[in-house]
Amino acid sequence: MIDGFLGEVIDWFTDPANWTGIDGIPNRLWEHIQMSALAMMIAAAIAVPVAVYLAHRRIGGSFVVAVVNIGRAIPSFAVVAVALPITIRMGLGLGFWPTLLALLFLAVPPLFSHAHAGVVGIDAALVDAAVGMGMTDSQVIRRVEVPLALPVLMDGGRIAAVQVVATATLGALVAWGGLGRYIIDGFATQNLPEVFAGGLLVALLAIATEGVFSLADWVIRTRQHRIVTHSHKVDV
Amino acid sequence: MISVAQGSDQPIIVWDWIGRNLGNILDRTIEHLVLTAIAIVVGTLLSVILTLLALRWRRSYGPITWVTGLLYTIPSLALFTFLVPITGLSVLTAEIGLVSYTLLILVRNMVTGIDEVPQEVVDAAKGMGYTRRGRFWKIEVPLALPVIINGIRLATVTVIGLVTVTSLIGLGGLGFFILRGLQTFSSPIGTTQIFVGTALSIALAVTADLSLVALEKVATPWRPRGTP
Repeated sequence: MIDGFLGEVIDWFTDPANWTGIDGIPNRLWEHIQMSALAMMIAAAIAVPVAVYLAHRRIGGSFVVAVVNIGRAIPSFAVVAVALPITIRMGLGLGFWPTLLALLFLAVPPLFSHAHAGVVGIDAALVDAAVGMGMTDSQVIRRVEVPLALPVLMDGGRIAAVQVVATATLGALVAWGGLGRYIIDGFATQNLPEVFAGGLLVALLAIATEGVFSLADWVIRTRQHRIVTHSHKVDV
Repeated sequence: MISVAQGSDQPIIVWDWIGRNLGNILDRTIEHLVLTAIAIVVGTLLSVILTLLALRWRRSYGPITWVTGLLYTIPSLALFTFLVPITGLSVLTAEIGLVSYTLLILVRNMVTGIDEVPQEVVDAAKGMGYTRRGRFWKIEVPLALPVIINGIRLATVTVIGLVTVTSLIGLGGLGFFILRGLQTFSSPIGTTQIFVGTALSIALAVTADLSLVALEKVATPWRPRGTP
């Protein structure tokens, strides 16, 4: 029985009709990636500067805890659902806007909390040394705090991105496209091979996202390790 | 004449609907709690076994976190779609998915909790003649409880959120109202259902979290009050 089912899934993947047009895999995948990347960029532009500045001034610690806890208690499914009446009342309609709004809401807390924790966690001696060298406030932030906070910040980016890619799937429920269309439409038409194929594509994209961030993390840490070991030679 | 225009004159929440559906809301709340409880109990039992494995054979910890991490990365809806052809639209499908999300959080906290027990304490217990097993259950586990319960809190809040997604496979607990609301979003009854489902699932998550904090206080009476 399972053999037959897997055969149907393979048939679905090899059907040329599923590789062209609006409902084809390339377009749905591209939509999914574009929406996720857009949400991540806007969320980072909102969250990171504020978090870094607050952390630089050593304020906002309890605010961070509150943001994280509240963000955690709200189901992502509910975020998508609540975004819909909001965008409709704002006259922005279905599809793109409720999906983007929901993804922003989910991406901001991990980015914000990690950016804040990353800067707060830097060795105070390093910051003092930078100030002692005559760096201005903005130089300290740009040349010391942000680079050193980068590994923690990227970890927040990884968590946010995986969450965003996963939840973009639910955009299909508010009439947006993306890979979730296969799952939602497949359920609606009792086409289980299509549902399964959609799930497989979403899972692969989530794993790939995790992989990209792990790779970036590895590159950053390797480079930072070099810088830190070099600076240790000076540090006697 | 019936107006179909979506003006902002329509109420967002129809309070009548809530009053008329109290029984239904209660049933779905109970379903939500039962789905969550099964996932946490089964997840905790599996995680204890995995943790014992990881502590006994350190080399297995890497593969265990790798596999549970993979399960954690796969979006819940995707995981459900893999299971539906095998286990159908059933509680079993939902639970396999929900349990698989608890494992990474629980195992990581259990192993970290045991690892963070100070070596002096373990040495003192050795000196007092505790056996390896007695030391583990009577000294290390109780001292690791705050970290372990922290993991259970995180897993519980996560699962309460994920249960809402199971509405797409015919269950959902309070997520049932959210999905129903999405399907009838243009009516005030639709938005009412979205808000009721959302508000109650957040309330469940917060209540469960606070209950576990209280449980932790009871379970670790030796800790000074006021420590997080």
